[in-house]
This record gives sequence, C-alpha cells and structure tokens, in this order.
Amino acid sequence: MAEKDGLMNQTVTPPPAPKPRKPGLALWLPLILFGGFLALVVYGLVRPADREVVSAFIDKPLPAFDLPPASADRPGLSTAEFKAGKKPRLLNVFASWCVPCAVESPQLAQLAQLGVEIDGVAIRDRKDDLARFLATNGNPFVRIGKDDVSQVQLAIGSSGVPETFVVDAKGVIRYQHIGAIQPQDVPLILQKLAEAAS
Amino acid sequence: MRRPIQIVPQIVVQIVAALLFAVALPFAQSAQAQDSLPPAPYAYKQLADPQQEAKAQALMETLRCLKCQSQSIADSDAPMAGDMRHQVRMRIAAGEDPEAIRGWLIERYGDYVSYTPQVKPITWPLFGAPVVFLALAALLLRGRFRKGDRA
Amino acid sequence: MIAELGLALLWMAAALAALQLIAGVLALRPQGAQLAGIIRPVAVMQGVLVLVSFMALIDLFLTTDLSVKLVAENSHSAKPFIFKLAGTWGNHEGSMLLWVTIMSVAGGFVALIEKRLREDTLIATLAGQAFVSLGFYAFLLLASNPFARLAEPPADGNGLNPLLQDIGLAFHPPTLYVGYVGLSIAFSFAIGALVTRDVGPAFARAMRPWVLGAWVFLTLGITAGSYWAYYTLGWGGWWFWDPVENASLMPWLAATALLHSVSVLASRNALRAWTVMLGVVAFSMSMVGTFLVRSGILTSVHAFAVDPTRGGFILALLAIYIGGALLLFGLRASTVTEGARFSFVSREAALVFNNVMLCGVLGIVLLGTLYPLLTEAFGVKVSVGPPYFNPVSAIFVLPMLAVLMVGPLLRWRQDKAGRVSAPVAVCALLAVLVFAGVEAFAKGIGILPALGIGIAAGLGVASWLPLRGRNLARTPLPIWGMVIAHFGVAVALFGMASESAFSTERLAAMNPGDSQQVGPYTVTLTGMAPVAGPNWTALEATVEARYGGAAPMILHPQARTFASPPGNRTESALKTRWNGQLYAVLGEEGEDGRWQMRFWWKPFVPMIWYGGALIALGGLLALLGRVAADVRRLIATDKIAYRRHRQGR
Repeated sequence: MAEKDGLMNQTVTPPPAPKPRKPGLALWLPLILFGGFLALVVYGLVRPADREVVSAFIDKPLPAFDLPPASADRPGLSTAEFKAGKKPRLLNVFASWCVPCAVESPQLAQLAQLGVEIDGVAIRDRKDDLARFLATNGNPFVRIGKDDVSQVQLAIGSSGVPETFVVDAKGVIRYQHIGAIQPQDVPLILQKLAEAAS
Repeated sequence: MRRPIQIVPQIVVQIVAALLFAVALPFAQSAQAQDSLPPAPYAYKQLADPQQEAKAQALMETLRCLKCQSQSIADSDAPMAGDMRHQVRMRIAAGEDPEAIRGWLIERYGDYVSYTPQVKPITWPLFGAPVVFLALAALLLRGRFRKGDRA
Repeated sequence: MIAELGLALLWMAAALAALQLIAGVLALRPQGAQLAGIIRPVAVMQGVLVLVSFMALIDLFLTTDLSVKLVAENSHSAKPFIFKLAGTWGNHEGSMLLWVTIMSVAGGFVALIEKRLREDTLIATLAGQAFVSLGFYAFLLLASNPFARLAEPPADGNGLNPLLQDIGLAFHPPTLYVGYVGLSIAFSFAIGALVTRDVGPAFARAMRPWVLGAWVFLTLGITAGSYWAYYTLGWGGWWFWDPVENASLMPWLAATALLHSVSVLASRNALRAWTVMLGVVAFSMSMVGTFLVRSGILTSVHAFAVDPTRGGFILALLAIYIGGALLLFGLRASTVTEGARFSFVSREAALVFNNVMLCGVLGIVLLGTLYPLLTEAFGVKVSVGPPYFNPVSAIFVLPMLAVLMVGPLLRWRQDKAGRVSAPVAVCALLAVLVFAGVEAFAKGIGILPALGIGIAAGLGVASWLPLRGRNLARTPLPIWGMVIAHFGVAVALFGMASESAFSTERLAAMNPGDSQQVGPYTVTLTGMAPVAGPNWTALEATVEARYGGAAPMILHPQARTFASPPGNRTESALKTRWNGQLYAVLGEEGEDGRWQMRFWWKPFVPMIWYGGALIALGGLLALLGRVAADVRRLIATDKIAYRRHRQGR
C-alpha cells in the first residue's frame, strides 16, 4: 500500500529531465506512474460504486436525546427507552415527505407483526402530514419522536431518510440499514436483531 | 434513488459540469418531495457575535454537505445542510471549539464529512506529496545549474 | 438527407484519417518516400469533410429536424436561435463531433501552412494527428453517432434544460474544447519530433502558436466558467476545488508550463526533452479531465448522467495515446539531448523554476482530486477540499510569483543579479510593506490573503518593468503580451486575496421596509412582486442599497420557478462598483412572512475575472505577434521563390 501511495504521489511531475549519456530509469518513470493511474481508475470503473455515507457510529451507545411526540397517539422518544428494554429494537429514521419511506412500510408492518419493536424518528415533519402518512401506510411504531432540526439524525451518523438502525438492549447501535427495507431485506434485519440479542 | 434529492444542489452540479464540459444532461428534474418545514432557526441566521459567526462560517466552509456530495454546508440549500449549519452555530454559540465540532461529526460520518483531510496513515502520502515534489524540484534544479555554471 | 450526408462525410473523413496515418508511416521509410506528397492534401481534405459534417449537424439543429434522435432529445422547435445553435454541442455526441472537427481542421491548417518544420517531422506529426483523430472517429461512429435517425419522429423535442439556457452554454463548452483540442496539436508535434528525433527551435516555433492559442482559449473558458458559477450558485463562491473544476484547471497548468518551456526551446534551444514531455502531459490532462467528468468515477460529479461505457471508451483512448506517447518518450528521449546550458541567474533559470513549480501545483491538484478514489480502494472515504488545496498549492504558487517579478528582467543564458537588483528590490520592498500594512490594519484575515495582496502589489509594479527603457511604439507584440498577462496575474491574485480577506456576509429575514447593514452599504427591502419570463415565473425582490448620501443602487434578486421541466432557481442580483460587488439573493418565505435574504459585499472581487481576461489578452497579443512574424517570413520566402522562378533557375 505504501508503495502504491508513493506512486500516486508523483503521478504528474515529470521526472528530472534526462542528463546526456545518463538516461536511466527516470525516462520510464512517467510511463510507470501513468500505469499506476490507469490501474487506479480501471479499478474505480469496474468496482461497484458505493455512494452511501455509512455511519461511523455503529457499535457505539446511542447518544442522549429526548424528542417530543410527533403524533397524537404515540409517545415521544428518548434514549432512556432504549436502555430500559429487554430486547433489541429498531430505530427507523423516516419522514412523511419521503417517497421510499412509504415503499418500506409493508416491510415495517411485517416486522412489527413478527414482534419487533420499532421506534420512529420523524425528520422535519408536520403533525398533520405525518398523521395522513400513518393513516395511509399504517403505523408500526411504538413511539415516534419529532426531530425538526435533524439532531438525532446527525447524532447517530445518518445521512438520509429512510434509514433503520438495530439498537440492542443496552442501547448500543449494532447495525445500520441505508435506504428502504425491501421485502428481501427482512430476513437480514431479523438476523441482525437476533445477533444483537445474543 | 432512495433519497429525495433536493433539486437545487443537483442542478448546481450540473450547471458547473455543463459549463466546463458539454455533457449530456438528464432532462426530467423529477419533482421530488420536499419537506415543508421552515429551515432550522440558525440555518439562515447568523450568530449575534461577529467573532463567533466568523468561527462558525470558517468551520462550515470545510464541512461537506452529505446530501449534495460536492458542496460544503456553507454553500448549500439542502435542508440537511441547513440543519448542520444550525448544529454548528448552536455549538459555537455554546462555546464549543470548532475542531471539537469537526471531531464530533467525524465520529459519526467518518473523515468524509470534513473537507480538511485529517492527518492519518491513509493520508500521509497526501501531506507528504508537497515535500516530495519540492525535493524532486530541488534535485532537478540543482543538477541543472551545477552543469550550467561549469559550461 | 442532411443527416445521411453528414454521416457519410464523417465516414469518409475517418477513411482519410486512416489513409493519412498509413501513408505517413510508410512515407517515413525509404521505400515509401513517394507517398509523402499525398499527406498534406489528405490532411486538408479530412479537415474540410469533417467541417462540412459538423455544419450538417448545426443545420439539423437550426431546422429542428426531429427525425434525428440527437435533435429530438436535445432541442425544441420553440427554442431561441442561440440555444438551438448551442444545443449542437450541448450534448455528448455533438460535443464529440465538435472535438473531432476542431482537431481535424487544426490538422488541416498545420498541413496547409507549416513550412519551417523538416518534412519528415511534419509527416510524422500529421500521422500522429491522424492516429489520435482515428480513435475519436471510432468513438463517434461506433459508440456515439450524432446522426442516428428515429423511426418515428416525435411531435416536438425534449428541449434543453431551461436552467442551462444561459448565454454561458453557448460560449464556455466550445471555448474549453478549442483549448483541449489545441493541445492535441501540441501533442502531435511532440510525437512527430520524437519519432524523427528532431527536437529543436524549428519544432518549438511551429508548435508555439498552437500552444498559445489553446492556452488563450483555456484561460477564457476557465475565467468565464468561474464567473458563471459565481453568479449562478447563489452563495458567493467562485472556485470550489470541485473535481470538475480541477479537471479543467489541470490542462491549463500544464499548458502554462508548456507555453514557457516552448519559448525557451524556440529562443535558446534548451529544455528539449522537458518540452516534449510537457507537450505529452498537457494533452494527457485534457483527456484525463474529459475522462474523469464523463465516466462519473469521482463522487462529486456523480449527480449528472454518466456513462461508464463511454468512460471506458475514453479510458481506452487515453491508455493507447498517452501510454504510447510515454513509451515512445522512454525509448527516444535518451537520444534527445537537453540542449544549450544556462547559468543560475538567467531568464532560462527563472522559466525552469516557474515550470517546476507549475508542475508541482499540477501534481497537487491531480493527487488531491484522485485521492478520494485511492483511499476508497482501501475502503476509506475521505474528502479533499479547499483547506488542502489552498495552502498546499500556495507553497508552490507564491514562490513562483516571487520569481515572476524578476524573471522577465533577466537576460538569456547568463546574467548578473546586480544588474536587476535595484528595481526588483523596490518591488520586493513594496510587496513586504503592503503585506505588513495589511497584517497590521486588517486583523485576523489570515496569512495567505495578506501574502497574496503583498505579492500582487509587488508583481503589479514589477510586471511592467520589462518595458523600462524601451521605445513603447516599437516594442514587439509578444513582449506586450507577456507584460499584460503577468499584470493580469497580479490583478487576479489581488481579487482572490481581497475576496477571501474582506468579504462581508449578511443573512437576514426581512419584511418589506426592513434595512440591514452589509459592508459599507445599507440595504433596504422595498418591495416584492411577481414577474414572468418566457418560460418561468418568479418572485422578484426590490432592494435599495445606499452608501452615504449617494443615490441608491437598485437590485432585483429573483426566485424563479420553471414549469417544464420543473425546477427552481435563485437568480442572484449583482451590482458592480469600482471597488467591489454587491451580491443579493432572495431565499424562501419564512413562517412569519418574512423573506430570507442573503447579501455579500465583496471588495474588488471582479478583479479575479478582469485578471483572467487580461491574461488571455496577453496570450492573444503574443499569438498575434508570432503569427504576424510567421506570415511576414512566409511572404518573404515566397517572393524569393517566385523571383527565382521568374529568373528561370
């Protein structure tokens, strides 16, 4: 790695111009560096692009927060609830204005039916919009916290909606799922919950 | 497309791209859903203390907007960038050190969130490069002029 | 019919390019010498055919022939003329055709007018040019045919994104393209000279106008692009070190270095291998930039339509041409001696220093741009932004600018430091005093802006010193060009440093009638009204800015809404005064009915772009001077030949 980095360092500086009668390796240096450049970009082209910003806060305890309720029929959300529980829970970051959030609601309902406790954080949402969203798409949440300035989102390293976090019984974040939970993702979520329980 | 990409920053990237290179651009800027909430209090409001505001501004210019990918949070209309500005200004107002705030964000999002590369083994070559270039330059110039003087 | 004609011409031009390459390779061997005669006409013909083909595409766009796929996808019958025209190259296929057109027309010009170069070197150059063109012909004809027809023409075209219907689109992409492709001529010259081992002053003089021309266009393109970004983005920034911007800056840096080293080679027959190397590097950077942007390989530019297949094609071309050229360089450069020597205190030495520093900046920009890609290969995401690029490039730029004060005053080959020490000492003292003054009176602006202002002051005076003791009326144009370009550097540097040090920002929620203080101005929101444009509606604020008792300046920032395709855009309002610019942006309406307004007072910020324009003007003057001298020489040679002919010799 150090060697490769070393090459990248000098990609464009042409080598010291050749001295007469002493050409040597310097003349080949540009070609070698160019080879390094090609290798790098070919790798960059063929490798599947990973544009997601993954949270660096996995395996760390949930930071302290205390959110007011976002809907009339569910309580608000605070860190204490995650530490008081007996089993792992899901923390779903969502919003009524986010289209993929509606896409994942059947999967959330399925998880809730399987006995998974899901808490929601509604990002930058209005009460009536949220009520309409929950009426249309179902309400799998035990609690929903209202986060109008993305403070919880920032505190746990989430960079968009929807994202779903597996939080174990001690309140430690164990897994992050970025994007809508598709039907084929449900077993993975269940597996991560089981891992967090053990 | 899992996230509603807000329209403005994407367009901004396209414009910059298109003006530098005549690229083919996608047409339909699909009307993505936008949250209707007003921006966070300190997203578009400066701190009363000019010194604190200057500190916050300097920091915000070096933090990456996580949704727009190629802009700092100081240059973006994305709601999340606004929330990050709010967060930064609140913390500066509370007396927190700018580098501590940067550290707080890096702890959550990794080095990606900071436009200032952190000095770590993986970035040593980045910081070593100018030294290497200068050494190469010195080598090149020295060889040349010694000969030149003799000639 | 027109589309088929265009396509047929394109195929014929490609065939001619192949012929040009084969004939060129054969003609360089003793047994193929009789083929040498056809190469020039073939190159000219190729240029003509491709030009007509490009005109065919322009015609299709101007008449909005919707049976052509490219037109249907990118144009609209109701678009204004200028955007129909710009639509020709405002898309991938059209821009590649433009690329090939400029390349082949330039090649035709070289074939037509270049008389100084050794015949075999010229043949090798034209063969090289044909080789490069062939790759782009293949790209066009096999992977991006601009003339493809649709089976069923739509009722009307998709139109051009209204947000791009800016006069900038008609101007910037082709400007940068001319610059990029001009560097391909320099590249071909370098290859030709390497093949025939004929690297010398004649080669440098033949190459110089092309380098100068390309460089002028690159300078203009970047300057104007930066201004467009500045007024469009609505946050007052003018340079972001975004990968796309860096991709355009890198060829410029290489071309700037090449421009100076080619002068040394032309005048002093020194820096031979180095100049050839820079010729290769400059065009490499054009292709690397094109590749980085079109392949979408870097995170920051992934937001627009990218095509990995096309990226792969460009990468393959890049590998063949640049890899091949560097291979040739490795094989041949040892036979190219470095040429004339010079001493530590000499014009050459200063130019070498400038070259090395420019390459240092180029290395930093390339490394910083690619670094996120490199760390991602190890599973780590990092961002490299202004906090890295600004100070690290300053390590190279500031010493370079300090030497720039002295360099043009020195004599070629050998000079005595004492001869120029007096005027230089005055300029250096001025720089130091201004720096100290700025540091003393403007606290907390940071060391880099203060250094920038100091050096700008010193350089601003020093750049005129080469005219000292000259008869101004008889001073050659290239000298004027150099002086003006160097003065432009000082002007731009002053603008950049001043913007970074003295800008003031004011964000405020305002009701009509409210006032705010921004810099020396009191701004008042006096009204808010809806307005409508051809394809948009907008809310327009009226802002009065007062300074002392003078008449107020009126600004009209807008928030525009486009219907099809839907989108919003803030239209910032700018007022330029001799000492800076006032910048106003209208944001959203808050819950309480107040409007989010953003204001900046940016002292001397227009100097950045005035400086860029001066740099380009300097290049243009130098180019005119060189070309005029070449034309005079051509005419003189022709007269002698004619007289000999008349005398029956």
